[in-house]
Amino acid sequence: MGRRVLVTGLGTFWGGRVAQALEREPEVEVIVGLDREEPSVELERTEYVRSDENYSILSRIVKATKVDTIVHTFLVVDSTTMSSRTMHEINVIGTMNLFAAASAPGSTVRNVVVKSSTLVYGSSKEDPTWFSEETPRTSPAHTPVERSLLAVEGYVRDFAEDNPHVNVTLLRFSNVLGPDITTPLSSALELPLVPSIFGFDPRLQFVHEIDGLEALVAAIKNPVRGAVNVASRGTIGLTRMVRMSKKPAVPFPPQLFGGAVDAGARVGLDRLSDDFKRLLRYGRGVDLTRLADEVGFVPRYTTVEAVAEYLGAIRGELVPEGAIGPTGPITMADPAEEVPAP
Amino acid sequence: VPPSERKTQVKTTTRALVPVPRAAEEPEPLADPRESDVDEWGRSEHMREIARRLFDPMYRRWFRAEWEGLEKIPVDGGALLVANHAAAIPSDAPVIMHGIETELGRPVYGLAEYIFRDLPVVGTMWSRVGGVTAQPDNAYRLLREQKQLVLVFPEGTKGTSKNYTERYNLRRFGRGGFVEIAMRAGVPIVPIAVMGAEESMPIVFKLPGVAKALGMPYVPITANMMVFGPLLGSVLYFPAKFKLKVLDPISFDVAPNQPRYSRSKVMDESEGIREKIQEALYEMLRERRSVWFG
Repeated sequence: MGRRVLVTGLGTFWGGRVAQALEREPEVEVIVGLDREEPSVELERTEYVRSDENYSILSRIVKATKVDTIVHTFLVVDSTTMSSRTMHEINVIGTMNLFAAASAPGSTVRNVVVKSSTLVYGSSKEDPTWFSEETPRTSPAHTPVERSLLAVEGYVRDFAEDNPHVNVTLLRFSNVLGPDITTPLSSALELPLVPSIFGFDPRLQFVHEIDGLEALVAAIKNPVRGAVNVASRGTIGLTRMVRMSKKPAVPFPPQLFGGAVDAGARVGLDRLSDDFKRLLRYGRGVDLTRLADEVGFVPRYTTVEAVAEYLGAIRGELVPEGAIGPTGPITMADPAEEVPAP
Repeated sequence: VPPSERKTQVKTTTRALVPVPRAAEEPEPLADPRESDVDEWGRSEHMREIARRLFDPMYRRWFRAEWEGLEKIPVDGGALLVANHAAAIPSDAPVIMHGIETELGRPVYGLAEYIFRDLPVVGTMWSRVGGVTAQPDNAYRLLREQKQLVLVFPEGTKGTSKNYTERYNLRRFGRGGFVEIAMRAGVPIVPIAVMGAEESMPIVFKLPGVAKALGMPYVPITANMMVFGPLLGSVLYFPAKFKLKVLDPISFDVAPNQPRYSRSKVMDESEGIREKIQEALYEMLRERRSVWFG
């Protein structure tokens, strides 16, 4: 019998793309997708179920469809797109309902893959250069999104402990970068000037959207237990990135940075999230040993390549076919198609 | 640049401690140094080369640094260099790093407190020239996975904040964390006794109230400030003669990669290393004729 997979957030970038990728896997028999909105990518055999944002109907769906795997892609990591109240509903209450459904009596769920974020590590001066999955946070959670993701990770741990027969994989994604997805950072790079903090050159790490998607699919096919970092290889200094973008950096003194960026947001520029402001000071990099050794996935991009390709795409340059683009079984949707940000 | 290639970029022409013409040492110009050679720790070989050029006259003419037992430092493989720490603005770190990089052609990463990381410009420059936040995972990765030389001063600011009257009396070696890291990484510890740093910028007294208000570990009034004036004196060292003695490397007969090591063994080793450096210093001091001429 093939795998029966339920994907949350089907209408978002990740949910839609994961469902597309799973459709091409012959071993996956049934794909059920959940969201508030219709999926925006073309899907052939995925069944779409409309739900509310915190998945109150999930337990009935799990029972009816007898899925063995839940892929929870619908966690909000960009706090600038919605109120912290909505975010709490989606992240904390949604995940709680999801685990309640998965652990209900008679549940057929054996694998859960949760797409979380490296935001859970925070970013502070006391941090190591590379975070492993076991590295503890050194600073308290500063922002609502970090708090909600930490609450989610708490549910994940509890659920994994209470349900030893279920494989729970927690994928911690770096900031995503790719031509098809809008993130807080990509909007910062599209500004005519890139804001930075004077005297700091943080090391940033990104995951190219293709690496992210392939890592998700790899984790679904090869379930491992516990947290796994997901990022493209290596890091890039902000200075180097700004140079590559050929845009001027506007350094603000550390004390004025937050205020200046918020003032920019008030006059119509994109908002920068609070966690991102901290990232621009101390940076963050994650260790990918577990991803390679246990999930068996080595990202095909380096962070530098991901940035280069992204910058090329926003300048309207065409990436040569097969140069650094995808070569594996996963093909991206028609680039002309509009894909809304998650 | 992978460490193996980076090594070859550090060019050495001499092991003699006399100034030699450096024309042959032109660093290859990089199209855009900041775009090309900053490694994962923030170190840039290009910036390091510039720093070495600027510091070389200081090293050779001002401090006239002299090494003994340099051959005890491994030419390959990871090793943790452990030294005593002194001077209001420590002069021992640049002397050790410069000496080993020019004499052995191996990069040295210097561990220091995370307070550096919080300083604009200074923090970035510090990491460009080989500074890394002293954090166990960082040290482990550098030593075990990248097989680098890592320099650490277990006394920390307790060593540099000593008044001149307490010179060459080694402070507590932290909580022995450096021994544990070396054990975990399976690398030897190479103790280095440094003489001269204490006299290069001696502290006469400190201003604890000011330090507290500024959030700094200590605010010293140094003899340099009294001689050279408050501005020049806070950056200019006295030309104390530097002598550095590399002691026998210490290997530990424990398995690497253990989650924990016996506390008593760690503390014994830590205290043993402290005593070895202390004894070597007493011996060097007995033989010293002059602070300025060695």
